[in-house]
Amino acid sequence: MRKTLITVALATALAACSSQQAPAPQNQTDASFESKLQEQLLDAKPGTLIDIPAGTYHLKRGLSLRTDGVTIKGAGMDKTILSFKGQVVGPEGLLVNANDFTIENLTIEDTKGDALKINHGRNITIHGVRTQWTDGSKTSNGPYGIYPVKTQNVLIEDSAAIGASDSGIYVGQSNNVIVRNNHVERNVAGIEIENTVNADVYGNTATDNSGGILVFNMPDLLMEGSGTRVFKNQVIANNHDNFAANGSAVASVPAGSGVVVNSNPKVEIFDNDIADNKTANIIVSSFYSTNYASKTGVAAGYDPYPKGIFVYGNRLKGGGDSPSGLEFKTLKVALFGINGHFPDVLWDGYSDPKFTDKTLPPQDRICLQDVSGVVDADGPDGYKHPNTDMKPFQCTLDKLPAVTLNPEPKL
Amino acid sequence: MVKSAKRATTLLASLLLALLLAGCQRGMPPVAFHADGRPAKLGDWHVLEARDGKLELNAGVVPYSLNTHLFTDYVHKLRTIWMPKGVSAKYDPKNAFDFPVGTIISKTFYYPRAADGKFSDVARTLDYSGDFAGQGLRLASVHLVETRLLVRRKEGWTPFVYVWNPQQTEATLVRTGDVQALTLVDAQGQREDFNYVVPDEGQCVNCHEADMIGRTIQPIGPKARHMNRDYDYGSGRENQLEHLVAIGYLMDMPRLADVPKDANWRDPSASLDARARAYLDINCAMCHNPHGEASVTGFSLGPDVPEDHHLGICKSPEAAGPATGGRLFDIVPGKPDESILMNRIGSTRPGVMMPEIGRSTVDREGEALIRAWILSLKGNCDIVH
Repeated sequence: MRKTLITVALATALAACSSQQAPAPQNQTDASFESKLQEQLLDAKPGTLIDIPAGTYHLKRGLSLRTDGVTIKGAGMDKTILSFKGQVVGPEGLLVNANDFTIENLTIEDTKGDALKINHGRNITIHGVRTQWTDGSKTSNGPYGIYPVKTQNVLIEDSAAIGASDSGIYVGQSNNVIVRNNHVERNVAGIEIENTVNADVYGNTATDNSGGILVFNMPDLLMEGSGTRVFKNQVIANNHDNFAANGSAVASVPAGSGVVVNSNPKVEIFDNDIADNKTANIIVSSFYSTNYASKTGVAAGYDPYPKGIFVYGNRLKGGGDSPSGLEFKTLKVALFGINGHFPDVLWDGYSDPKFTDKTLPPQDRICLQDVSGVVDADGPDGYKHPNTDMKPFQCTLDKLPAVTLNPEPKL
Repeated sequence: MVKSAKRATTLLASLLLALLLAGCQRGMPPVAFHADGRPAKLGDWHVLEARDGKLELNAGVVPYSLNTHLFTDYVHKLRTIWMPKGVSAKYDPKNAFDFPVGTIISKTFYYPRAADGKFSDVARTLDYSGDFAGQGLRLASVHLVETRLLVRRKEGWTPFVYVWNPQQTEATLVRTGDVQALTLVDAQGQREDFNYVVPDEGQCVNCHEADMIGRTIQPIGPKARHMNRDYDYGSGRENQLEHLVAIGYLMDMPRLADVPKDANWRDPSASLDARARAYLDINCAMCHNPHGEASVTGFSLGPDVPEDHHLGICKSPEAAGPATGGRLFDIVPGKPDESILMNRIGSTRPGVMMPEIGRSTVDREGEALIRAWILSLKGNCDIVH
């Protein structure tokens, strides 16, 4: 494949004078940078490398790319900054609909909508990219930072996502995904894997989000997910106020959640450090406890129960001491007293009415090992009869296979 | 000698005849299909031309309109189709017609001028009747903003955007978009400043991409259900599709009675449901369909979508984020103010508004229509525990 090298004809010297400035109206330098970059994206051929030198650039229009085999490369996450603070036309920062796409070493800031959205594509590599809303955690921030949806063979690594009003890194309706060694903070959800098949989430640090790492299945989408491994992550003190707009999936996540599994089957959570998440370090729940389930609104075939969940070998510490939401607060005080705390795992208590404890297939059980305990919150009966019996959860499940990217990303 | 003179006379006569047939397009060179490249001026295509106080259509350039409008900041649109000789588009009951290589579709975006005559003041009106001079436009009463072309080349449809100069004499290719500050003035003199956004080439594809996997781009308007209506060609009103068949531009069309037809959203004799669904179809379904940009939302707005969660009834959003406006479901029957859809179409903020691009103002009449429709829907979104 022929590599075309296109270099944006702007020296770092020029870029220096545009950094650190307030979101002033776009100046001539920014305007010509923007149209040049747009043209590079429009005229890209398979194999094109779009190199963006160091500098802070103020853009007014969302960018888009629809050519396979393109690489966009900055000079570094802290050096090449595309700022959309003055965005007029949107909503995304960069919208990609292409295969064999790589983006690395740059920052996308303050977009009106999602910062980096990849909608339909194979072989996607996101490396060293930061997405951030710089005015703090606000409801009006864009929903997603790094957002591949309906993609296959995806690597997101060494990246950062800060301030998203929904999820910092959100992988939706995708297949064969690795999310590793990223840093997510001050988002509502740090990392969310939704309706995705075969994802490995490891080596990430999630802190100061409302929820650290989420594995969800929502109804009525193109595909349902299963098979996510969450391991070797640091999920620490995700106690940020939940600033999501009501109605979005993550608005139902109680602030102070470490790892949350909602309605998603086959999830393995192991070898993580999970600590000081004030509602609970680990939550296992059903779509029914999100309060979004209506009879007409949910496809008949949708399975709202988390099945085949295996938690073991994590280092769990603190947490559960100050849950959010009136129900959980009341529940905690009732069960453990004012100064007490929930044990490591909180289960909402929704289980598939098609089965009893005895008839539930063994591979569909929720198995909890190496945890301080569990609360069955009894959501179905209005949290009236909670219990802390570990016996139903004493089991072992087969381990899930590791995700292998094929082809492996070339970096 | 005599024979060759006679031949020359015949040749001259047929040339004259051809010129006469070209009608009022005095001296406009024939429409030029450019199989590649990016012509810098709209005039390079010879589809339409501003002269003698009119925006004139060339010979063979056929105007058309749609049953229900695709809203763009109250702009008026003059749409045309041109095809090379000897080829025709193939009828399709559902999708855009299959147009042959060489087809040029144009859409000129213009405003009737506001009463005060100031160039940047434009009229907020849904009445098109004062715009026309024959089949073209009366330049004294309109403000031309841009003309977009979709050209069917061998490799597929290619979009071009040409922006008109302030003198209104020529339009120049703009690939990376433009923003123009204009003021909408209504009949009562109420003013609304707004940014008219000319799309960049990438944004053309946002709406015209029919299939996210094949990434093929398609026209939106030239579908049977949108074009099945009458048009005044000067020689009397005629069904647009039958006209296209008659002039050889369209083939394989079934009897008119079997051709689908979207309602005119302003037609009081059509049902509220038909008008609302027609509006949602033309304004939303280019993305909100099972193959489109918004397929990932699971929320479709095409004409055949059943009235359940597929149509957003009591359906949770996929990725709306702050655009929910705090509302739980896309559409709550009987409750427009609890429906995310109303929050989307009532907003002008990028990231909240729908459609995502293509407007900077709210379509008040469209909003009122969808509000009335949601009010009329029966059922509820009671939560199941």
